[in-house]
Amino acid sequence: MPTKRRRKRDSVNTAELHSRLRESATFPRQVIAEIQRAARTGIYDIRGFGAKRVMPTFDDLLFLGASMSRYPLEGYRERCDTSVTLGTRYAKKPIELKIPITIAGMSFGALSAPAKEALGRGATIAGTSTTTGDGGMTPEEREHSRLLVYQLLPSRYGMNPDDLRRADAIEVVVGQGAKPGGGGMLLGQKISERVAGMRNLPAGIDQRSACRHPDWTGPDDLKIKIQELREITEWEKPIYIKIGAARTYYDTALAVKAGADVIVLDGMQGGTAATQDVFIEHVGIPTLPALRQAVEALKELDMHRKVQLIVSGGIRSGADVAKALAMGADAVSIGVAALIALGDNSPDLEDEYNALGSSAGYYDDWHEGRDPTGISTQNDELAARFDPELGGRRLANYLRVLTLETQTLARANGKSHVHNLEPEDLVALTIEAAAMAKVPLAGTDWIPGHGKF
Amino acid sequence: MVHHFDLAHGSTRDLNHALHAFNGTDSEAAWQVKNANGLHNLAVGLDAPLTVDIEGHVGYYCAGMNKFARVTVHGNAGPGVAENMMSGVVRITGNASQYAGATAHGGLLIIERSASSRCGISMKGVDIVVRGDVGHMSAFMAQSGRLVVCGDAGDALGDSLYEARLYVRGNVAGLGADCVEKVMKDKHKYELDSLLREAGVSGADAAEFRRFGSARKLYNFNVDNADAY
Repeated sequence: MPTKRRRKRDSVNTAELHSRLRESATFPRQVIAEIQRAARTGIYDIRGFGAKRVMPTFDDLLFLGASMSRYPLEGYRERCDTSVTLGTRYAKKPIELKIPITIAGMSFGALSAPAKEALGRGATIAGTSTTTGDGGMTPEEREHSRLLVYQLLPSRYGMNPDDLRRADAIEVVVGQGAKPGGGGMLLGQKISERVAGMRNLPAGIDQRSACRHPDWTGPDDLKIKIQELREITEWEKPIYIKIGAARTYYDTALAVKAGADVIVLDGMQGGTAATQDVFIEHVGIPTLPALRQAVEALKELDMHRKVQLIVSGGIRSGADVAKALAMGADAVSIGVAALIALGDNSPDLEDEYNALGSSAGYYDDWHEGRDPTGISTQNDELAARFDPELGGRRLANYLRVLTLETQTLARANGKSHVHNLEPEDLVALTIEAAAMAKVPLAGTDWIPGHGKF
Repeated sequence: MVHHFDLAHGSTRDLNHALHAFNGTDSEAAWQVKNANGLHNLAVGLDAPLTVDIEGHVGYYCAGMNKFARVTVHGNAGPGVAENMMSGVVRITGNASQYAGATAHGGLLIIERSASSRCGISMKGVDIVVRGDVGHMSAFMAQSGRLVVCGDAGDALGDSLYEARLYVRGNVAGLGADCVEKVMKDKHKYELDSLLREAGVSGADAAEFRRFGSARKLYNFNVDNADAY
């Protein structure tokens, strides 16, 4: 009898099965898997890689280009400048970048020493800056970075006045796009002796990064804190304030009031930072509307281009760079894309990603320290796999492609400097993007929420 | 030779610039600074064994990130005094506001009267000696170093403490998460005694103090400890 029953079940073919089974919109397979995972482990999912949900992005904008009413520039012939100066408001020594793309802050601890070195090498070849992270400045990254931005974070791990004086700029980190309002946790398995030593903590224990600064609580205090940093460094260095995209109009205005030379705005897609999946996906706003709000605040205060704006969170291509600049950013910053350029999520390592329960293109457990590429790890054996010279070269190549693409789009719109791109060069493909970016829906003069229908 | 600086006539910028001229040297020059008048960021970023005496109350972050210098404030100090100090000695003859000695890595901070909340927050190796009381959340997330309180401590002392050692003579209003009282062994009495002597505190006997430290139960995340937060 059992034989007969099995035969009957086998007779249902797969195609028929798939057309007969109905997946729930409320409980699709990924939701079921997450409930099962939560029930099994008793702990929320922690990961990197930023928000994975679908949301309006720069992909929902288009450039108009030139035609009868606009005059384009000749590709490969007519110059399209890409230089950026950051920190012109108060700093005696502003930063001069050759390209409008910087490398975002990622810590030694989160990343291996050779990966940090590669970021420095790549940025230096391309003529831009890289940034330290939670955990202080390593000699490797200082040595290999012509321009290095030193972050002042709530934890103050590794913070010291010598490195402050050695830095080219200082970035006060108030928040990150992945987790506006959240701190961090570097899990014990990534705490090698060296990382522990730099953070004054025992090896092997979880290291919490606070969500608030220990010695100031609001913009009025922060203004005094920034003056302290300026006093310590003889008013030489540009001071950036980094904010996660939240109440961006007001946060930008307050950052200006607190005395920032440069504002770094990180949208919710941003995130090499490990945090709870629920935080990444449900807190903060996308880069697109946040950028527009920040530019509005700067213009309102007559500070646009006087306090420079760097935007990050989901920048992947020259199209993203050009659109961000057209909306009013002075530069962009990349984190996840930089790691991918170094070799992260390479299909060559598919078997090893599979062994970790992941797959090339999906790997986001950078906080666990088991990265087969040797980038987000403190395991010496894994880190030794990573070649910092090759990684640096790849990053430089990628930065050059981004720059060439940005110039191509700028020339098509008739601009001799990428900063001459403007919102009038853009239209939106969707109503959502039109409303968020405040550019008209393509083929109309309609901006939802503004003017006539 | 004693240098004189009057803040009624020169600016904070002028003072710090003049003091920074000694940075990286082994100069032991003495500085007398008058009319502090609550100004912020006085004597920050020093990097030489200078002796700096400041007359009057100071605002935020006095002696911030100090290295080697001996800075004395003859008055009260505003928030964040000696924040992120690396070495040297900072002495406040009056009271100190919030986050005194925040994240400081080394050196000695002496507060001759009382300190407000979050004294020694996230301290990373500094020694802090307070003659009077400390406010709530003192030594929050303190990583290493020693906090000595000759008076009372406020609520949530040593919350989420790492390896810092806390000594309190008076009452403790309450302990923060993962902070516990520990046995005062001879080596601790010896350590405390030498700290009190170094700070120039008389009339307090090491035997009168209790010791507090981390229970180390929250060092590695375990979901069964979720109630502790």
